[in-house]
Amino acid sequence: MTSVKLYPPKPEKVYLFGTCLIDLFYPQAGLDAIRLLEREGIEVLYPQDQTCCGQPAYTSGYHDEARAVAAAQLDLFSEPWPIVVPSGSCGGMMRIHYPQLFAGTDRETLAGEVAGRIYELTEFLVHVCHLRLEDQGPSERVAMHTSCSARREMGLAETGPALLARMGQVELAEQARAAECCGFGGTFAVRHPEVSAAMVEDKTQAIAATGATRFVTSDCGCLMNIAGRFEQQDKAIKGEHIASYLWRRTS
Amino acid sequence: MSSAHESVQTFTPREFHRQAHDALGNPQIRANFRRAMDGLMAKRRDVFSDWDLETLRELGANIRLRALAKLPDLLERLEANCQANGIQVHWAENGDEACRIIRGICERHEAKAVIKGKSMVSEEMHLNAHLEEAGIEALESDLGEYLVQLNEQTPSHIIMPAIHLNTDEISKILHDRTGTERTRDVDIMTAAARAQLRERFMAADVGISGVNFAVAETGTLCLVENEGNGRMTTAVPPVHIAVTGIEKVVEQLRDVPPLYALLTRSATGQHVTTYFNMISSPRKSGEHDGPQEVHLVLVDSGRSNIYQDDELLDTLRCIRCGACMNHCPVYTRVGGHTYGTTYPGPIGSILMPHMMGLEETKDLPTASSLCGACGEVCPVKIPIPDLLVRLRRESVGEGRGNVPGAGVKRTKTEVAAWKGFQWLATHPAAWRSGMALAGKLQALMPSRLGPWTEYRTAPKPAKVSLHALVKRHQANKADENEETR
Repeated sequence: MTSVKLYPPKPEKVYLFGTCLIDLFYPQAGLDAIRLLEREGIEVLYPQDQTCCGQPAYTSGYHDEARAVAAAQLDLFSEPWPIVVPSGSCGGMMRIHYPQLFAGTDRETLAGEVAGRIYELTEFLVHVCHLRLEDQGPSERVAMHTSCSARREMGLAETGPALLARMGQVELAEQARAAECCGFGGTFAVRHPEVSAAMVEDKTQAIAATGATRFVTSDCGCLMNIAGRFEQQDKAIKGEHIASYLWRRTS
Repeated sequence: MSSAHESVQTFTPREFHRQAHDALGNPQIRANFRRAMDGLMAKRRDVFSDWDLETLRELGANIRLRALAKLPDLLERLEANCQANGIQVHWAENGDEACRIIRGICERHEAKAVIKGKSMVSEEMHLNAHLEEAGIEALESDLGEYLVQLNEQTPSHIIMPAIHLNTDEISKILHDRTGTERTRDVDIMTAAARAQLRERFMAADVGISGVNFAVAETGTLCLVENEGNGRMTTAVPPVHIAVTGIEKVVEQLRDVPPLYALLTRSATGQHVTTYFNMISSPRKSGEHDGPQEVHLVLVDSGRSNIYQDDELLDTLRCIRCGACMNHCPVYTRVGGHTYGTTYPGPIGSILMPHMMGLEETKDLPTASSLCGACGEVCPVKIPIPDLLVRLRRESVGEGRGNVPGAGVKRTKTEVAAWKGFQWLATHPAAWRSGMALAGKLQALMPSRLGPWTEYRTAPKPAKVSLHALVKRHQANKADENEETR
């Protein structure tokens, strides 16, 4: 689905677009992403005026509202540095849908230019930073859930697992139907709660069946959904954003 | 275990939520679909393993796009070449008109019994019921369709109409409705159905089939099938009526092999089907078999309206393989009947709103997590997730307004909510204060948040937002730099 992307050499600086879910619910994942990038000698710029990429309005069909929100983000990245997003979902919105959203408007060129600088975090760590990781954590089996947006929209099925493979003490647990959606889907979970629940139930069962006691994901929507389901069932399986997992075990 | 006959019930897209609830609570339905879809996904994956799938999909998409770009011209050429071959061509603006045309042909031949090959377009227009009203009995001859008809149901999948039934349920239906011995042996059941149908082929006055590809340059109707019932339907009765949507036309004969390769592999994971029929004319003088008359009924039913919109147009690329439903996590869980439409699953959710209007079908475009699995497997690269979003726009009145029922979901409350979101997300200072406030009020957060918390715990706003954490982090770093200097 995705076209071939040529990756630039490691830059001096990057922007971080932290996403609204991380801002509100998982700020530690955002900070850990910043620390991973800084450890690579990259200065991380975090525009304080960032809010949300606009995706919730976009997928709900409210494109005028989404465009207004997206327009406010477009102005925040005036220097030519890459923009790193610790989410395949928001990354996909900005890389794929911003150009569509602004097509035929006076911001079309800017939207295309910004879209071309969008990198999902694990993609950036693998393909631009060529990240080396020295795992200091205990030996552990872990399951990974790659979000549908990262996997299909951004074509990044492999970058999360590739990072975990660089962790000496971590074994990636094979999971049944790993490519299947966890049932989050933004407002889908609220508009079709029972279908969404059936999907997250299957996802938690598939993760539990691996015997792993922890799962990681690069999207906080999936994390909130899957971990929330485990927690409601009082299961001991914990979820974590991959940025936090990598930072925690290598710092 | 659910009894097969209990399921004589009608489904409507208006009741998607209730029907989904029922299906989700039915372990038999859940297991039947999960098993079937897992199998179909695995077969498709295997059969494409030695192909350059992306190149083939690109080719398939381009063939369909080229055909659609020339659609009015190709339809005229199809008509002219069919007529030159002796095939009578009829145009129907909608399903009712198509039913009247077909009934008229049947009545002219004083037909009492019609045998049918599989045709989703005939399902779309409720042809069987229409013919029955006119005293004409229409019998389905595709095994799955036959079972569904015996069980007084509608197809739950466009390729495998009886996929919602398992072996035991099928055995019970055949036993109850046809007196076939109760067995779990699939061969015995198939042989029984075959024997029952064989007589009916011989006695039928008219055969009605669908069309997979109608070739404009040669006036050829291609029919893809596995059971031979399509060939019997189109060859044994004295009259053959083919009915299809206007979008099924392709330009040239050489367009067919790539589309056929994509269709069989995407649908059932087959390299080829057992039968591939090319119908180019009625029986010619000196020939010993074949129908004396062949008719082609081309149905619009909203398709030319879709054609007017350069984005929605992509809907018409579809070659009806069903791969989007096989890979859909929503379809897999709720099954085909839940959608309450002729075409279920992702393709149905982007097609049916045009045929039935958004008022009836407003829950379908939202019945997707936009996971993208459908778009990923579509053999002609229909951007299904984008089209679902487009129909959501139409539903809330922010599209171009050219889908029937546009704006039906627009409510003051929801508009106000999104305007509120827009305001907050375009006022960074207010946003930051909001985040800070949410953190402070963390303890006051309700532990129940509507439907979300019926199945999951409520997420807790962090005490400190990322905005604030980063500020702190940057200040600490500045201090460290101060110290080390």
